Amino acid sequence: MIPAAFDYVAPTTVDEAVRALAAGGEDAKAMAGGQSLIPVLRMRLAVPTLVVDLSGLTELTGVHDDGDSLRIGAMTTHYEVQRDPLVREHARLLCLATDTVADPQVRHRGTFGGSLAHADPAGDLLAPALALDAVMVCAGPNGTREVPAARFFVDYFTTALAPDELLTHVKVPKLTGWGAHYEKFNRVAQAWSIVAVAAAVRVSEGKIADARVGLTNMGPTPVRARGVEEALVGQPATAEAITSAATRAAEGADPPSDGNADAEYRSHLARVLTERAVTAAVSA
Amino acid sequence: MRISVTVDGVEYRDDVEPRTLLVHYLRERLGKTGTVVGCDTSNCGACTVHLDGHSVKSCAVLAVQANDREVTTIEGIARDGQLHPVQEAFHQNHALQCGFCTPGMIMQAIDLLADNPDPDEDEVRHGLEGNLCRCTGYQNIVRAVRDAAQKMSPGSGPEAERVDETAVVDRAPMHAGGGE
Repeated sequence: MIPAAFDYVAPTTVDEAVRALAAGGEDAKAMAGGQSLIPVLRMRLAVPTLVVDLSGLTELTGVHDDGDSLRIGAMTTHYEVQRDPLVREHARLLCLATDTVADPQVRHRGTFGGSLAHADPAGDLLAPALALDAVMVCAGPNGTREVPAARFFVDYFTTALAPDELLTHVKVPKLTGWGAHYEKFNRVAQAWSIVAVAAAVRVSEGKIADARVGLTNMGPTPVRARGVEEALVGQPATAEAITSAATRAAEGADPPSDGNADAEYRSHLARVLTERAVTAAVSA
Repeated sequence: MRISVTVDGVEYRDDVEPRTLLVHYLRERLGKTGTVVGCDTSNCGACTVHLDGHSVKSCAVLAVQANDREVTTIEGIARDGQLHPVQEAFHQNHALQCGFCTPGMIMQAIDLLADNPDPDEDEVRHGLEGNLCRCTGYQNIVRAVRDAAQKMSPGSGPEAERVDETAVVDRAPMHAGGGE
C-alpha cells in the first residue's frame, strides 16, 4: 500500500526538530530510522499530517566515552551499535541484543533511540536498557531533562516523552568486565521476541557479585527480574544456584496472552530463558 | 519535493511526493522494475537495494530520504556485459527457482560479502535473514553465496559500486501535489 499524504520536514538540528514537532501539533510524528513507522504508514495504521525526519541530525549519532558511562546518540544505527568498540567493551549486552533485532537491512536503517522511543514491548533493546540502568536524555521546548529507563517506559508503545520532546541521547553506565547474554525466543526468521531475557553478571572469586536481569515482552513495558537478581547475588556461580534463582523470573510480571503464547507459557519461557541467559553470561 | 538521486550511476532530478516509497520511485518513475515488491509488510526483502553502499529494504525508505545519495539496484551491478560474480554464482549454482526473491537475495548477498568476505553457512543464513524465498530454495542460495565468496576478492561492496562519471537526467515534474 501507499501511505496517506503527509507533509515532510528534515531538520538539521535538535532545536529545529523540536520546533517542527511543536508546530505540527498532535498529528506530527518524529521519524528516526523509519523501520517501524514506514510500514505502519504504508498500512495506514498511522496517518500523521507531518513527518519530522530526524535522519539529518548528525549531532545525535555516535558513541562517546563520558567516563563512568557511555553516551549513545539516539540516531546511532543498530549496525553502528553492533560494531562500536566502546559498546562492545563496556555494554556488551547491548551489542548482543542488537544482533538479534530484525535483519541486516533493518539494522542499517533502524536506530537505537528510535527503538527505545517506539517502546514496542517485544522490541529487543528495552529490557537491556532497563537492566543496564540507562538514562534517557530528552530535549523539548523548555530544554533537556533526564529520565531513568525505569520511568521512561510507561505502557504499550508509550514513553515519558511529551509529544514535542525528542530522545536525543542515552547514557549507559559502564559495566566493564561483566559477563552478558541475550537469550531470545521466537519462531521464525526476523520475528519479534515472544519472550527474551537480558542478563549481565559480575563474577568475583567464584561468586556472583552483581546481577542484572531484564525481560522482553513479559508485560506492557520491559520488566526487571528483581527476584532473580536478589537470589543470585552472593551465591556461587553454579548451575544449582542459577536454576534456583531462575524460578523467580516471572515474579511481578504481567505477560500478555496472544496468538504466539498465553501468559502461563510466557512465564514458563521467562524461567527457562533466564536460566539459559544467566548461565551463558556467567561463562561469557 | 525536488530530489536529486544517483541510481545505478545516473543522476536523476525529480519531483516526488514525500509519501512516495523508494521502491515505487525506482519502479514506476525510473522504470527500474528489476527491483520487485514481494510483500506488504517489509518482511520479504525482495526490494533490497543499496543506499550509499548499505543494503536497505526500499519499501521502508522514502524516496525523499535518498536525496543527494547513491542507490544501486540489481540493474546496476553487471559491468560491461559481465554479470556480477554473485549473479554468476546464482546462475552456476541454480540458486533460483521462480526467481522473484533473486534481486533482493543478490543485493543482500553482496552486502553480506562486503562485511564478511568468507562467511560460513550459518553466517550466510544469518546474513540473509531478511530475505524470504517462497520456493524454499535456500540450500542452493547459500551454496551460491559461498561459491561467490570464493571467487571474489574481498571488498566488493561500496567501493566496487562507486561510479565516478555520472550522467545527469533532468526530468519534468510529474505530480503537482505533495508537501515541500
